[in-house]
Amino acid sequence: MLAYIIRRILYAIPILIGVNLITFGLFFVVNTPDDMARMQLGAKRVTPEAIAKWKEERGYDKPLLLNSKKNGLEKITETIFYEKSVRLFAFDFGAAEDKRDIAHEIRTRMGPSLALAIPALLVGLAVNISFALLMAFFRATYLDLWGVVLCVAMMSVSTLFYIIGGQYVASKLWHLVPISGYEGGLDAARFVILPVAIGVLGGIGAGGRWYRTLFLEEMGKDYVRTARAKGLAESVVLFRHVLKNAMIPILTGVVVVIPLLFMGSLLTESFFGIPGLGSYTIDAIQAQDFAVVRSMVFIGSVLYILGLLLTDLSYTLVDPRVRLE
Amino acid sequence: MIFLAGCGEVWNDPYPGAERGGSILYSSFADRPKHLDPVQSYTEDEAVFTQQVYEPLLQYHYLKRPYELIPLTAVEVPKARSIDGGKFTVYEIRIRPGIKYQPHPGFVAENQKLTSKIVGDLKSPYDLPLGTRELTADDYIYQIKRLAHPRLHSPIYGLMAAYIVGLEDFSKELKQQKPDGWLDLRRHRLKGVERVDAYTFRVTLKASYPQFVYWLAMPFFAPLPWEAEKFFEQPGMAEKNFTLDWWPVGSGPYMLTENNPNARMVLEKNPNFRGETYPSEGEAGDAEAGLLQDAGKTMPFVEKVVFSREKESIPYWNKFLQGYYDTSGIGSDQFDQAVRVSIEGDADVTPEMEAKGIRLSTSVETTVGYLAFNWDDAVVGGSSEKSRKLRHAVSIALDIEEQISIFANGRGIPANGPIAPGIFGFREGKAGINPVVYDWVDGKPVRKSVEAAKKLLAEAGYPNGRDATTGQPLVLYLDTVARGPGDKAAFDWYRRQFEKVNLQLEIRTTDWNRFQEKIRKGATQIFRLGWNADYPDPENFLFLLYGPQSRARHQGENAANYASKEYDALFEQMKNLPNSAQRQRLIDRMVEIARRDAPWVWGIHPKKYSLRHSWIGNDKPNTMARNNIKYLKLDGEKRAALRREWNRPVIWPLIGILLFLAIAAVPAVLSYRRRERMAARPT
Repeated sequence: MLAYIIRRILYAIPILIGVNLITFGLFFVVNTPDDMARMQLGAKRVTPEAIAKWKEERGYDKPLLLNSKKNGLEKITETIFYEKSVRLFAFDFGAAEDKRDIAHEIRTRMGPSLALAIPALLVGLAVNISFALLMAFFRATYLDLWGVVLCVAMMSVSTLFYIIGGQYVASKLWHLVPISGYEGGLDAARFVILPVAIGVLGGIGAGGRWYRTLFLEEMGKDYVRTARAKGLAESVVLFRHVLKNAMIPILTGVVVVIPLLFMGSLLTESFFGIPGLGSYTIDAIQAQDFAVVRSMVFIGSVLYILGLLLTDLSYTLVDPRVRLE
Repeated sequence: MIFLAGCGEVWNDPYPGAERGGSILYSSFADRPKHLDPVQSYTEDEAVFTQQVYEPLLQYHYLKRPYELIPLTAVEVPKARSIDGGKFTVYEIRIRPGIKYQPHPGFVAENQKLTSKIVGDLKSPYDLPLGTRELTADDYIYQIKRLAHPRLHSPIYGLMAAYIVGLEDFSKELKQQKPDGWLDLRRHRLKGVERVDAYTFRVTLKASYPQFVYWLAMPFFAPLPWEAEKFFEQPGMAEKNFTLDWWPVGSGPYMLTENNPNARMVLEKNPNFRGETYPSEGEAGDAEAGLLQDAGKTMPFVEKVVFSREKESIPYWNKFLQGYYDTSGIGSDQFDQAVRVSIEGDADVTPEMEAKGIRLSTSVETTVGYLAFNWDDAVVGGSSEKSRKLRHAVSIALDIEEQISIFANGRGIPANGPIAPGIFGFREGKAGINPVVYDWVDGKPVRKSVEAAKKLLAEAGYPNGRDATTGQPLVLYLDTVARGPGDKAAFDWYRRQFEKVNLQLEIRTTDWNRFQEKIRKGATQIFRLGWNADYPDPENFLFLLYGPQSRARHQGENAANYASKEYDALFEQMKNLPNSAQRQRLIDRMVEIARRDAPWVWGIHPKKYSLRHSWIGNDKPNTMARNNIKYLKLDGEKRAALRREWNRPVIWPLIGILLFLAIAAVPAVLSYRRRERMAARPT
């Protein structure tokens, strides 16, 4: 298994270089270093000298990908791409364009993102599986039919609607929770309860339908018929056998997103004033802060690769037939 | 529910329970401030923080209008003294003795040699032992030197280098220094800024520049203790975001004690603040409005200010209505809910707001938004009669009053020239109208008819909007920034305005950077832009049309690239004069020339509408200064009582939902049990 893990890590390197190159290309297709300087220096009284100074300080005065004025390896190393990308592989993110330390920001913002994402994932998983099992149990009845209709309806509603509607009802009309904001420690619960509830509610449609499909597929298999023939109670069949055997596709969906929980939620964090990494990424995109954008894309890629690796490893835990070679 | 019930009577309060009833002002910010270093900071959202902490030499009178400069840390407003036959101008500035800085670790000698372990363990710079010292003239000199600091970007360096003697050479000298580590500016002499004694210094300018005193009221000229700069330059500080750019150090009424630009910024009363008295005189109507009740009392009145980050307008507005923000602006989406406008055009709050005791303040901003014609463009630019008449026709056709009504909810007044109301040189009434666009009828300006515009267009050689020589329709191009689908209505409106005189308008949308680039290169025909005044002097508006400020030619602020020798000559005379009848005459002539040439469609002076709750007092809009928090007072007990009344938790729907789920579960449970008891499963 160790060899498999090492091989997967080695595969990740060209993928990360590719992701970096694409991010770099996309960013600089729409923004020039001059644009970035102007964005940071403001709209009033910006002189060409100030722009040149800003670029020089941050190394944006060099060519993007190829430095034709240099010789040998320096043609590559004396470029913006090389200088900004190589250090990422050592997880040295440097400073944002406003000179705040990116690693420090990531460390402080990770907590709020996780405080929101972990409960949303766990509660959402529990609710979706329960709802799906209920529909599977009552399959081909009106409860199942209307459950599916409800799922489709809920899937069709925009996340923004859930957020604004949830804030309106829970905070403005009923005055139950703060409409937005965040505090650290245990106080965080007061602020994340509504976004978590909205996240769970918004995910029931897609999650419920997906898990219902998985369970129904399992329930049609021979071992389920055998279990029933043995006289096992339906609840035992569902929870002890069907649920266990449906774990592989569930794990595929869940384990892969666990590392990505660190990245936070772009929309929810913005609306609820939660100072997480999702909100950080949105701010960076709006401020054309390339240093932050490339760091967040890089971390996102690393976490995604990690998620896929964990998914593969988890197969071996839930299905003894799977061997990683 | 049980958890929430532990929050007390109010469940949706976003602030800690211990703060209830306290003398704390609650406000918000949408965007992270980029700079809090006074030498770099230049935006309004940053000034909200910097101007409570830093004390420049001068400030604007809080109540008087037109805006009046008064001393802050200076003993008096400095007067210019001309030397060497007018070749140089000297300002000798004396500051008040006895002013102390806020408590800060930089003033404790041991804190200047921190180990990496101590720095690594710091949660806040204020965890260290704190000290203070007296403010001296050297701190102002140090800050002026910082304008030329090689690692800082002061937006006014270019401007000041043109005036302060030796600043340019000083900048070159600093560039020779080693690029890292703390740069001790005390060791480098700046010729034009001299220390006279501990409380006096002298600034020498290369020429007369009367507007210099206005800059002395901005944080660019706030004092900066060298100890603070040295303290933050220690290794490991930047990695923890402990920099002077994020942790301001001043002598003002407040100090920034919590700095989390992602969520919360907190200002607390500076215990070393010397105390300043509330003004005892204002303009007419201030006494009736209760704005002089605290005359002579020591400020600041509020103990603490909490700014929460609020990126979205919906939660921000709802929190204001719930009483969790003390003041608020009004977004377009909330305008109808908040404001009603009478037939006479007077604005007031709606009955819903009135029932909550919310009050409205309005003030015309020292801003102008305009539509510019690129003077270098072959069709709309230049001083020919043809292009001038075309510009006049467009100026008449564009119904600015309608634009204000539709797109700004009436929040603005049409501009008749470049100068905003409240600034010397602005004229009201008949003398103030633009005769190119308006006639004075029955005591009010009336926009000229579309027919008049069409006639001008025909005279310009475009009868019915077609080129008289080629017969081709005249197509004009408007460059603008696209912000989203909401812009479509505004663009359609522009097209309709041009269609009124049979002109075709093509709108070329782009992002902000491309838009700026086009203007820089002069690759535009017509475009939208605006200007927010740095200081209340007509020079700060009239220079927007000054030839040597041309954007395309000199990268200046004259974005239209307007060029008129007569205007430029008058500007050079006007800019150095004090406000006087002579200056007014020159301004009148300049405005007349600009109206005749019409390089802009004189657009709009926006009106600022702001709301405040009944527990806030002494709130008067001031568009020039942001150091207003020290004047505000609040009744924390009243706020707490009203918050309780407005935010009683409504629990019955929650209980109803739980009951519904429980009842809905009954048939499912029964069905489950029935199934379990069945002998065989149905097929």
